[in-house]
Amino acid sequence: MASEAQPAHGLDQGSLQILTFMLDGEIYGTDIAQIQEVLEYRRVTPVPRTPDFMLGVINLRGNVVPVVDLRRQFEMQLTEPTVDTCIVIVDVMLDGEMTALGILADAVKEVIELGADMIKPPPRIGSRIDTRFISGMGKQDEEFIVILNLARVFSKEELGDLVDSARETRLPAQEAGQNPADGD
Amino acid sequence: MSDPVDIFRTEAEEHLSALESALLELEQRPEDPELIALAFRAMHTIKGGGGMFGFTELSAFTHHLETALDKVRNGLFPVTQELISILLDAKDHVTGLLEDPVLDQTQILIGRGLLERLHALIPDEQITEAKQTTAAQSPAIAPPGEEGDRVYRIHIRPSAGAFRDGFDIFPILKELQGMGTCYVTTDTGGVPLPAELDPESCMLSWDLVLVTSQGAEAIRDTFIFVADEWRIDIDPIDIDDDQCDRIGEILVERGLIARSQIESLLAENPRVGEVLQQAGLVTESDVDAALREQRAIRDTRERGARGEQESLVRVPAARLDSLMNLVGELVIVQARMQQLAQSRDDEAMSAIAEDLDRLTTELRDNTFSIRMLPIGTTFGRFRRLVRDLSRDLGKEIRLETEGAETELDKMVIDRLGDPLVHLIRNSIDHGIEPPEQREAAGKPPVGTIHLAAEHAESHVVIRIRDDGAGLNTGAIRAKAVERGLIARDQTLTEEEIQGLIFEAGFSTADRVSDVSGRGVGMDVVKRSIQDLGGQVGIRSEPGRGTTLTITLPMTLAIIEGLMVAVSEERYVLPLSCVEECIEVERGSEGKRNGQRLARVRGDLVPYLSLREWFAVPGAAPGIEQIVVTRLGEQRFGFSVDQVVGQYQTVVKRLGKLYEGTAGLAGATILGDGGVAMILDAGALAESLEDEVRTRGRRQTGRPPTWTE
Repeated sequence: MASEAQPAHGLDQGSLQILTFMLDGEIYGTDIAQIQEVLEYRRVTPVPRTPDFMLGVINLRGNVVPVVDLRRQFEMQLTEPTVDTCIVIVDVMLDGEMTALGILADAVKEVIELGADMIKPPPRIGSRIDTRFISGMGKQDEEFIVILNLARVFSKEELGDLVDSARETRLPAQEAGQNPADGD
Repeated sequence: MSDPVDIFRTEAEEHLSALESALLELEQRPEDPELIALAFRAMHTIKGGGGMFGFTELSAFTHHLETALDKVRNGLFPVTQELISILLDAKDHVTGLLEDPVLDQTQILIGRGLLERLHALIPDEQITEAKQTTAAQSPAIAPPGEEGDRVYRIHIRPSAGAFRDGFDIFPILKELQGMGTCYVTTDTGGVPLPAELDPESCMLSWDLVLVTSQGAEAIRDTFIFVADEWRIDIDPIDIDDDQCDRIGEILVERGLIARSQIESLLAENPRVGEVLQQAGLVTESDVDAALREQRAIRDTRERGARGEQESLVRVPAARLDSLMNLVGELVIVQARMQQLAQSRDDEAMSAIAEDLDRLTTELRDNTFSIRMLPIGTTFGRFRRLVRDLSRDLGKEIRLETEGAETELDKMVIDRLGDPLVHLIRNSIDHGIEPPEQREAAGKPPVGTIHLAAEHAESHVVIRIRDDGAGLNTGAIRAKAVERGLIARDQTLTEEEIQGLIFEAGFSTADRVSDVSGRGVGMDVVKRSIQDLGGQVGIRSEPGRGTTLTITLPMTLAIIEGLMVAVSEERYVLPLSCVEECIEVERGSEGKRNGQRLARVRGDLVPYLSLREWFAVPGAAPGIEQIVVTRLGEQRFGFSVDQVVGQYQTVVKRLGKLYEGTAGLAGATILGDGGVAMILDAGALAESLEDEVRTRGRRQTGRPPTWTE
């Protein structure tokens, strides 16, 4: 709803408040309007036989909330959770339904306000992630911030593709995994 | 549900479905006066409401239907098939009119066409006579008769926002006038000085005295759409009571003056009782007793009226859902409390935990019972379906229902409708043969579809039985081979072949009709029933008919589960499908065609290793537990590290992201705050079966079979 359209809107207006966080050594940001809260890392219960980037679910005050790993989705380097690891809970539109979703972040930095002059359109080339997922590039203290378009990242098409490709690759893998187990 | 127009729509829809079932019943028993009266009442109420809420077309249209039904009610015209057909079509038309008070051209033409058909059967002399009869407004209601007349005192105080909400008082007053002799007094006492007057608010109230032969229920029906918002008092006046015509009594009864005021005024003049007492005719206690009796009479009368009004409360479903959620969380807290109490040796705490347990269970059961609805509410829909479809297909089919009072969670009922419609359609389209064919086979020309619901332990079993041709297993087999679902030389039992119709993309109908057979049939039905935590099975005998059996849990919100553990992970299996738990030593299990088998008291039962299937890290212990479940006719096991125990499971949705993950029925929150997956035993068994079958075919060209 409102928060889905927010990032684009925010860029048109005078300034934008974003929460910045780290993914594989780079700074990413997202409009704070769609952020519910930031949690310390906790154990995520895996949901069996689902794509890798969907880490599983956590209990958020009695609600079951899925957690995704953007690093896997963006094919980045993975590291074990540390004391800095956080889960950022965001509200996104999934298939027409407003859903709370956790995003795993290596670390959460701060909330900053970026003026319109500090935000540039997404680069055509040279970014690590697909430019479709970027709503703009911010700059602060000579550091670049990739402002994510979460609505696009979690759009039905993107997720559908990932789920499909995961299903295709899983079948043979499963079988292979089963045979050695049969042996002992 | 605060918008009065929405309330009107909801209630009108209820009346329409009542009308529909009455009409369908009438087809069987055309002479039943009660059914005619019921149909008439429904039309009458919708008409009245339509007028009040600006559904002018709807009101005008239903007026004609009401008039016609009145004539039928008075025995002027018989109930015929043709009439019922017209009325059913008219009912559909009214449903359309309800959606939008503003009509398009097609709807007007449809309406006109229907009325022409109706008036061809039952001429409408009112078109010509309308001007002569002033009471034509409500032809339905009998004119006030001398005998059985009753007097009611009615006080109407509309809510302040009544005008803004689009209510109009005049249709109500008119309708009441149509019921008998009506004396109306408008009370302007609530109107403030012009300076303070808010012209959009309703400050007026009305006092009516109505002499009518109708019951209080009929009067109350007039207010059906505003009963929640307005203050409506309907009091019968007991005209046999000698006291009731005393002005003092009437003033008091109307609430205009307090009894104490009269009493103090009368204080100087001793009351009847006191006079009699002084004269020594009665004792003080006699008077007291008489007074008490008087009070009792009044109280009873008041309670009666109030009781009727409050017997039903309409609650938005969302509020029930949030109540259910709260109860769910309470159950979780209670489970934590219990765990804590068990781990500590504290008697006082144990006692509290026990009390909490008892209260939570009661609260849970009560909340459930609020959400329970009789399944019969969906049966009406099927009657209509059977009637219309069998006509279209030139078949004669009777629908018998049984166990309509069986209760199910509202959410289950809501989501059960479509699958059931599909199954019944299939029975009509593919099951029951045309009359000639039936006669040739020595069967009665009229086919029967028997729809029955019953409770079986914590489940509800629904059976759809037809006495049609039964499944053609030969054709199913051929089709399955053609679609690549089974190998050509595969040996399958009759039952297994019948089960194939639930496979995706399977349809044996030679032609695609409007009715069913677009190939999106039974697999979708099976899926939706599994989504409800249920199972569906089929049994068919050639020439004798087919029975579909659907087993459903009574509710989706909280289930009794069996918690199991594999390494760190915990899973919950619905206890209702668990048969037993056995221990197996590693290496003792057998195998057939890559399918693990366990020996359970002499039988070989296929099983799935959760550790393997879910790729749980860690090594399996030396002794594994196998939880044996019963899925329809089959038994199927799940091997786990440990069986933790029974667990009251609050079912949470996994959400959009994980929707459609095979084998999971949801998740639940554990006492320690962790999350456990709830397993869908049927779906898991099936995915394994699929995989074994594909692998088997790929490796040996011969899919495995398993026997019990």
